Amino acid sequence: MSGYENRGPGPERSGKSSAISEPPYIRGLLLAVALTFMGIFLIMPLTAIFLQAFEKGIMAYVTAISESETLAAVRLTLLTAAIVVPLNVLFGVCAAWAIAKFQFFGKNVLITFIDLPFAVSPVIAGLIFVIIFGLHGLMGPWLSSHNIRIIFAVPGIVLATIFITVPFVARELIPLMQEQGSEEEEAALVLGAGGWKTFFKVTLPNIKWGLMYGVILCSARTIGEFGAVSVVSGHIRGKTLTLPLQVEILYNEYNFSAAFAVASLLTLMALAALAAKNFIEWKSGCY
Amino acid sequence: MSIEVKRITKTFGSFTALRDVTLNIPTGELVALLGPSGSGKTTLLRIVAGLEMPDAGTVIFHGEDTTNLSVRDRRVGFVFQHYALFRHMTVFNNVAFGLSVRPRKQRPKQDEIRERVMTLLKLVQIDYMADRYPSQLSGGQRQRVALARALAIEPKVLLLDEPFGALDAKVRKELRKWLRRLHDEIHLTSVFVTHDQEEALEVSDSVVVMNEGAIEQTGTPDHVYEHPANPFVYRFLGNVNFFHARMCNGRARIADIEVEAREHGGADEVPGIAYVRPHDIEIRRELSDRMGVKSVINHISKRGAIVHLELNAQGNRELFDVELSREGFRALGLRKGETVYAILRNPKIFFGVGV
Repeated sequence: MSGYENRGPGPERSGKSSAISEPPYIRGLLLAVALTFMGIFLIMPLTAIFLQAFEKGIMAYVTAISESETLAAVRLTLLTAAIVVPLNVLFGVCAAWAIAKFQFFGKNVLITFIDLPFAVSPVIAGLIFVIIFGLHGLMGPWLSSHNIRIIFAVPGIVLATIFITVPFVARELIPLMQEQGSEEEEAALVLGAGGWKTFFKVTLPNIKWGLMYGVILCSARTIGEFGAVSVVSGHIRGKTLTLPLQVEILYNEYNFSAAFAVASLLTLMALAALAAKNFIEWKSGCY
Repeated sequence: MSIEVKRITKTFGSFTALRDVTLNIPTGELVALLGPSGSGKTTLLRIVAGLEMPDAGTVIFHGEDTTNLSVRDRRVGFVFQHYALFRHMTVFNNVAFGLSVRPRKQRPKQDEIRERVMTLLKLVQIDYMADRYPSQLSGGQRQRVALARALAIEPKVLLLDEPFGALDAKVRKELRKWLRRLHDEIHLTSVFVTHDQEEALEVSDSVVVMNEGAIEQTGTPDHVYEHPANPFVYRFLGNVNFFHARMCNGRARIADIEVEAREHGGADEVPGIAYVRPHDIEIRRELSDRMGVKSVINHISKRGAIVHLELNAQGNRELFDVELSREGFRALGLRKGETVYAILRNPKIFFGVGV
């Protein structure tokens, strides 16, 4: 880091001017509304998850999360993330690069399509893949004659998750790369650097915080995705259940403490992602 | 290393940036590409650098056709308008970049790189800032880093895109003097783009005046200033007054006076325009002969060392500007509303096309 900070306005100017500052009771009211809302809709449920998870004591919790089915769900979730996130990074960087640095026919169409998964309901995303790869789908007969299983198997889960998470990295990088322009890359080329060296020494360092931010959002969504995965998974215990699906199954079987124990795992992952996101925001802010 | 540009044409969509441009730049010269925005000067510079491909025509470095040589193999030093410094690297690493990305076999050793970078930073007088980041530097300092970085690869030619465009007036003047001195020291064939005629005339060995994708005139600063090829060049190279003129027996009638105009070659009764620079007009209270335009002083404004007058010619009501030195102005004791005679020295008269 540069060690250089733009500290902005000095302390004497940091307060708002008195003309636009509200009287104390309004400030108090606003704060109370915000905190109450957060308490009811965020803190309380979050606490409830952990209370429920530990309802039957720490031993029951440990048993619940070390059950083989749960571990299989953890493995599948992490495997999905390990495939989906790198692919999204690759796609996101390529798409953002193309959109930010080149003019080409169909650019606006590409930008619109990147946003599509945000607009489409996850259930529909899942159904799309069933229609294409399902037994009675477009490619179903060909796939089954070659003994390839996509729907109700891991490949389907991966495909559906990729569809859902496509926008995360690209959306993060496009505005960043557009703002930075391509002058630095041109400078690198003039100075004799090849394409790869230019990318790794100039482009990548400039976008690294945006990229990490996108990766974290993408990972969080991959781990937590429910709807699309639920359609293509087939709910085969110990085989095609990701963590969110595992939670649902346990809950439907009235196995509440186990359901909440697994849910607490998911929550911890989400909190870790949130912490990482904040760290990156802080880090890129002082860059 | 000489640069030859032959019959270059370049279009962007429906916009023609350059049309059939041919230009020769001899070894060791400092050349200014001068023109208004949209005249194609930056496009020409980028084509010479290899950052842009021409639609037609060739670029020749020292007798060798480089049109199809990639940017990285051309070994040109390029200084970008907004410097394009690598924001995540220190000044030192910015300058060292060109050397450290070379293939392993051609790459100098670490301490050689260090030595060369420090020498360059001393040359551009910012060696004490080697560990800073670009965001911590002023505009002028960034410009120097950009220049040092371009020089680090020992380029065969140096190309600068609006090198002083983003700087404030005072720093700009200092830096262009410094660039001139630097060029006299290292004698690298250099081309810079500018829209500022003062900059072009002050710094360069020769000026290439461009307009609408074509070259209007090429020559030394003195030559293009004293002998502009056409009205565009005349207008672009400084403030100018113009008067309607008409040929009559080899003499041109301008307002209520006549001047010798044989060399301008207009036929009788052909309308034309006479251009006169504001500092080429002499003001007199009285006249012994009838060679001055009788005018009224409309407005007086004093700016620095020069006094600007706005005059209204009595004969045809044309307004024109005059620049006087402060002493000249004081000696005459001129006042607003007075009637005086303006003697046009060195008028340049153009007839026909472009008038």
